[in-house]
Amino acid sequence: MISSKSTFWGYRRENGRVGVRNHVIILPVDDLSNAACEAVGHNIKGTLAIPHPYGRLQFGADLELHFRTLIGTGANPNVAAVVVIGIEEGWTQRVVEGIAKTGKPVTGFGIELHGDHDTIMRASKVAKEYVQWASELRREECLINELWVSTKCGESDTTSGCGSNPTVGNAFDKLDALGVTMCFGETTEITGGELIVAERCATPEVREGFMQMFNRYQEVIDRHKTSDLSESQPTKGNIAGGLTTIEEKALGNIQKIGHKCKVVGVLDKAEVPTGAGLWFMDSSSAAAEMVTLCAASGYVVHFFPTGQGNVIGNPIVPVIKLSANPRTCRTMSEHIDLDVSGLLQRQKNLDQCGDELIEVMLRTCNGRLTAAEALGHREFVLTRLYESA
Amino acid sequence: MIHFLVHDKKDTVGVIVVEGIKAGQELVGWVMEGDSTVKVKALNDIPIGHKLATQPIKSGDTVVKYGHDIGKAVSDIKVGEHCHVHNLKTKRW
Repeated sequence: MISSKSTFWGYRRENGRVGVRNHVIILPVDDLSNAACEAVGHNIKGTLAIPHPYGRLQFGADLELHFRTLIGTGANPNVAAVVVIGIEEGWTQRVVEGIAKTGKPVTGFGIELHGDHDTIMRASKVAKEYVQWASELRREECLINELWVSTKCGESDTTSGCGSNPTVGNAFDKLDALGVTMCFGETTEITGGELIVAERCATPEVREGFMQMFNRYQEVIDRHKTSDLSESQPTKGNIAGGLTTIEEKALGNIQKIGHKCKVVGVLDKAEVPTGAGLWFMDSSSAAAEMVTLCAASGYVVHFFPTGQGNVIGNPIVPVIKLSANPRTCRTMSEHIDLDVSGLLQRQKNLDQCGDELIEVMLRTCNGRLTAAEALGHREFVLTRLYESA
Repeated sequence: MIHFLVHDKKDTVGVIVVEGIKAGQELVGWVMEGDSTVKVKALNDIPIGHKLATQPIKSGDTVVKYGHDIGKAVSDIKVGEHCHVHNLKTKRW
């Protein structure tokens, strides 16, 4: 049984935070720098380039979110050191300075006035030093309350609400009592269950913050919708799996927050929480966008319940997948870290499944690769707020 | 053998949790709240994960799952009938 004395083996970083992976990442500031980053990643074994399609001519809140997500990704304690490459020096240094606040090694390179060849050569030399340094870092025993755990479900079906989501809820109730820092989000996917979440908010201020985020997102839907969103939210996969309306999907979704833990605060996208407990992050319900935001907020391990079989991973955060759908567990077994389909036949109860999920989480934190990591799933998707200038 | 699950006693639908349910089959459902069982005869072939009505539902009625409103019926739904996007729509968007 898990207790407040339970431990895992993690990497303690310069700022005191604890990671469960030891990546050296090559981080592009913008789309133009992907090629150089990937070249460095090929040159220096054990480093990881994480390309993405954005970073040019963004402005205002959308640009702030871009920087916050990139800096948060580099600052995440699953990352030992970072090489940043951008087309020009100014925004490159802004990302470098943001990551440097953690105290971890980080160096930036601007491509202009140098070209790809020279940039790749210089960045590769630094990346080699970083990866050799990181390879000597050792895991140490850390108390469970140093873990930050996020959740988001995907390709849900009705079995998600019956089995895999309540399993996460059971685990969250247990982890909350031990002082773990947790997060859920998916603002539109709470539609129909928003009052249940509002009741779970710890204070009137948190409730007001949550309802403001919820209502703002409803206005986005109302402004742009051309139908009842059927096949987008719920997705075509959700509907194939038996889900019908957003309300049904939402009531299944919020099984992930269990029955006991309170929502202690709300976070803007990629914002860093300031204490233990369960946080709500205003976020898209698209899987890779949401997991990318959780990683940028500093969460180090992720619970991903699925019904029909979403295959997502993340470059720096291990994504643990669980399913209660016996067909998915049979036909897509290579993607599933924990099969909880026994719940649907009363062969197991929620308490047992919650304990099994916590055990898989601790083994993952100690170093066991998830299915998504072994299969090379590294989806890194930046959320955009509006058009570029 | 459990063929379908019902979350809450107030629910008017249940979720099929086994593959290959055929019309005419006698089904056993587990009502999770209170841990009891109910029997319903399937009126259609129903895929795993899809719902069947466990109470008679009239067009315009609120459909209840998890003890909560999940939308409105847009046609009458008989006990044992497949309840899906053809006869259940959102009230929200």
